[in-house]
Amino acid sequence: MSDHLSSYEPKNAFSKWMDSRLPVMRMMHGQFVDFPTPRNLNYMWTFGGILTFMLMVQIVSGLVLSMHYQASDADAFNSVEAIRRDVNYGWLLRNIHAVGASMFFFAVYLHMARGLYYGSYKAPREILWILGVIIFLLMMATGFMGYALVWGQMSFWGVTVITNLFSAIPLVGGAITKWLWGGYSVSGVTLNRFFSLHFLLPFVITGVVMLHIWALHVVGQNNPTGLDIKTKSDSVPMLPFAIMKDAFALAMFVLIYAWFIFFVPNYLGDADNYIEANPLSTPPHIVPEWYFLPFYAILRSIPSKLGGVVMMFGSIALLAFLPWLDTSNVRSAKYRPKFKWFLWAFFFSVIALGYLGGKPAEGSYVIWSRVFTAYYFIFFLVIMPVLGLIEKPLKLPNSIMDAVLGGGGPMAGSAAAAAPEKR
Amino acid sequence: MGYLVDTVLIYFEEAVLASETKMRSAGTATGQHGAAGDQAEPTRRDFITTAALGWAGVGGAISLWPFIQQMNPDASTQALSSTEVDLAPIKEGQAITVLWRGKPVFIRNRTKDEIAKAKETPLASLNDKTAENGALPERATADDANRVKKGKENWLVLVGICTHLGCIPKGQSLADARGDFGGYFCPCHGSHYDTSGRIRKGPAPRNLEVPPYEFVSDTKIKIG
Amino acid sequence: MTRFVLKGLACLGLVVSLGSGLATSASASGGGDEISRQHWTFGGLRGHFDRAQLQRGFQVYKEVCSTCHGMKRLSFRNLSEKGGPEFAEDGAKGLAETYKVSDGPNDQGKMFKRPGRLSDRIPSPFDNEQQARSANNGALPPDLSLMALARKVEVDHPFYTLPYHMIKDIVTGYQEGGPDYIYGVLMSYGENAPPYKDNGGHLAKMTEADAKANPAMPRCATVVSEPGQADVCNKMSEGMHYNEAFPGHQIAMPAPLRDGVVKYADGTPGTTENYARDVSAFQAWAADPKLEERKRLGLMAMLYLLGTTVLLYFAKRRIWSGVPH
Repeated sequence: MSDHLSSYEPKNAFSKWMDSRLPVMRMMHGQFVDFPTPRNLNYMWTFGGILTFMLMVQIVSGLVLSMHYQASDADAFNSVEAIRRDVNYGWLLRNIHAVGASMFFFAVYLHMARGLYYGSYKAPREILWILGVIIFLLMMATGFMGYALVWGQMSFWGVTVITNLFSAIPLVGGAITKWLWGGYSVSGVTLNRFFSLHFLLPFVITGVVMLHIWALHVVGQNNPTGLDIKTKSDSVPMLPFAIMKDAFALAMFVLIYAWFIFFVPNYLGDADNYIEANPLSTPPHIVPEWYFLPFYAILRSIPSKLGGVVMMFGSIALLAFLPWLDTSNVRSAKYRPKFKWFLWAFFFSVIALGYLGGKPAEGSYVIWSRVFTAYYFIFFLVIMPVLGLIEKPLKLPNSIMDAVLGGGGPMAGSAAAAAPEKR
Repeated sequence: MGYLVDTVLIYFEEAVLASETKMRSAGTATGQHGAAGDQAEPTRRDFITTAALGWAGVGGAISLWPFIQQMNPDASTQALSSTEVDLAPIKEGQAITVLWRGKPVFIRNRTKDEIAKAKETPLASLNDKTAENGALPERATADDANRVKKGKENWLVLVGICTHLGCIPKGQSLADARGDFGGYFCPCHGSHYDTSGRIRKGPAPRNLEVPPYEFVSDTKIKIG
Repeated sequence: MTRFVLKGLACLGLVVSLGSGLATSASASGGGDEISRQHWTFGGLRGHFDRAQLQRGFQVYKEVCSTCHGMKRLSFRNLSEKGGPEFAEDGAKGLAETYKVSDGPNDQGKMFKRPGRLSDRIPSPFDNEQQARSANNGALPPDLSLMALARKVEVDHPFYTLPYHMIKDIVTGYQEGGPDYIYGVLMSYGENAPPYKDNGGHLAKMTEADAKANPAMPRCATVVSEPGQADVCNKMSEGMHYNEAFPGHQIAMPAPLRDGVVKYADGTPGTTENYARDVSAFQAWAADPKLEERKRLGLMAMLYLLGTTVLLYFAKRRIWSGVPH
């Protein structure tokens, strides 16, 4: 794909003049118009575009909210209320941003699951995948700090709990925590720096996203078969084919997004966050936003403070090593009959951890959290390396076009059913 | 916005047509999914694509409105209306400045001399001949009587913002320079106002504005 | 293809609700037992407030609740704004003038009281937390402006029915946990905590008739039972009131409503139930004054987006027709 040449032809005098000085149109044309896209991409491949859209929505809505938000412990909560009540369309902008954070994570989880299922992390896409992990980490930091800005009870106590994680680090933990807080507890000083960083990080994310797209366009998109594009007939030009599919998928996504914005804006939030932060009283159950729950469950399942913190961060850091932990020669789980089931079990255990992360840390909830946490790590550290060596994959089709013409439907699920016919 | 949508549409249509030709030849080459019956398609295809993108584009444009509208004064700002000022402590020749809607309002208890000077100035010698008084019709002339309340001619109430570029003119405190006409002098670009707050010399285009106000008692006014 | 789209939509919905519902199941403020969902005019997709109900609710707030609870995020002007109780502007102005609002400092540097204006916030009954606590036996009457969003009805569904309940709530647009909770608390006051008898270490509820015969038996707000241990009876604390819906069943606020304490002008019967319902609705509006605008705009937005999706679907299908994929 890096050797793919743009078929751009400047049409008038100005574009010719421009093209010989700054060939930005040629680059755009080459990367986003006639860029060869595997013809067999299913709808799971539309989340990249959706995520780009969400990033823009979050930046724009965040920018306008910051015109009204006041980052001080005395005014933060009041200014959010003023946005909801008095600012013109403030309620709408606020819902767009708050629900948007959830939808962003929802899309990124599906995007990651897609990558796991079809082996998009494998050579030559290691850097692409690692950049994705970095984006995910940055998103988590941004989401966490943004949630703090509301300065409700759950914001305040969430910040307290999460920043206290760092105190688990031996020797320097206390100093680091104090440094993060800018004081001896979470205060308006902490809030102010979180606002600064919350404003900055999305632009850092944008930068890494550009690298992510760049890396993608060097190696080209993976596809449900996991095969490389071999001949021209394996691909279609990005415009209009992939773009139109993306546009349709985006419209469906926005439909759901808008439903939450207009009809259930508080469904994804926590009632406690409509109570102003009070450093003297902790709510009975502290839970993070839903998108952090699986990791929160991992944290709580470990009975040691340091151990829990290490496991939690480890569970994310581990993702960066997947390209080397997976030893199979076959990319797509579609052609790996055993791996596929272990992978579905992994998806299930992440959802289960999410459920358990929202439950009180007691009784059988803790036991189940440990079971699923154990599976999370065993899957990556044992099953992936070992299974890759012993599993006998299904026969791969000769090319993407062969797979398409071989009767597989447009979606992954039916392709799995179609696979045995090809043997 | 409309231009942008058009450009995108044209670009899109070209790409669709080009790729159709390409795909048709590719399809026949592999002997699969022949292009039979596709001949009549392009027009309908163009229409539905145009309609879909046009429809989506209009929605995108409309959804910009909240993002623009949010910058206008919010409901609580619009509701902040009036300020009451007690005039009793202001002696003849003195002046105070109060804040109304975030703007300085000059209130001066004019001397008899100042009133007389303001009254005898002929309309013809004024740069701006309109009263600039929100309580009066737009065509009201800039006579001193139209700049103050009847029976309370000693009280001059003005928005203390130079009509040139928004500086605050001097003249409220006794030590200030009051310009060539004994009223106010804007040091930023040298605008001179008379004892009725009317522009007489300098770059300012209009007389100082008289805010809406009323006397709620003999010595109390409500601005706004 | 259509089947696939439907399937895809269903899957999306399922996953959204799965993920999101975890947060719901996790959140725990308010809570309590015995709270059932009420029918509200502002529920559902085309919900709107009943003006007369909001006006009655304000009356209940003003005559009963406001002796202890503030509503500091409401301004008088809100009472006459669109989408709320919509009192006539003169009425709201007149109402504001009956309040004394502190302002200043004046020219002598002193704070002073003046009649309220439309732009003023509704004054709270206490100047600060300390004053509120000392007047209320150490308990702090919370501000009510956001109460309807700051509380939720907690229902512990088993995990296998959870997705169903989550999808149902999302699709029906259920957001009325707060008013349900407020109504539930106001309607769940009991004379006294229920009596229990000891059954070999296990505490069992008795009827009031049995309790009369055995006045020595304990009355417990809650009973804690741990396997292998004798049950522990949490008795009512001094100055607390029994409430079936309140978490822990002990509430510092005495039952605020009795039949007839407020005289409705519109002929609505002055029953405790009506008061509770009206004041809950009023608080729902106070917490979410843009609800009507939101739902109205929402319906239009959904219709528009549905159109976009359908158009894009057909455009996409046309473009891909004849292209094997």
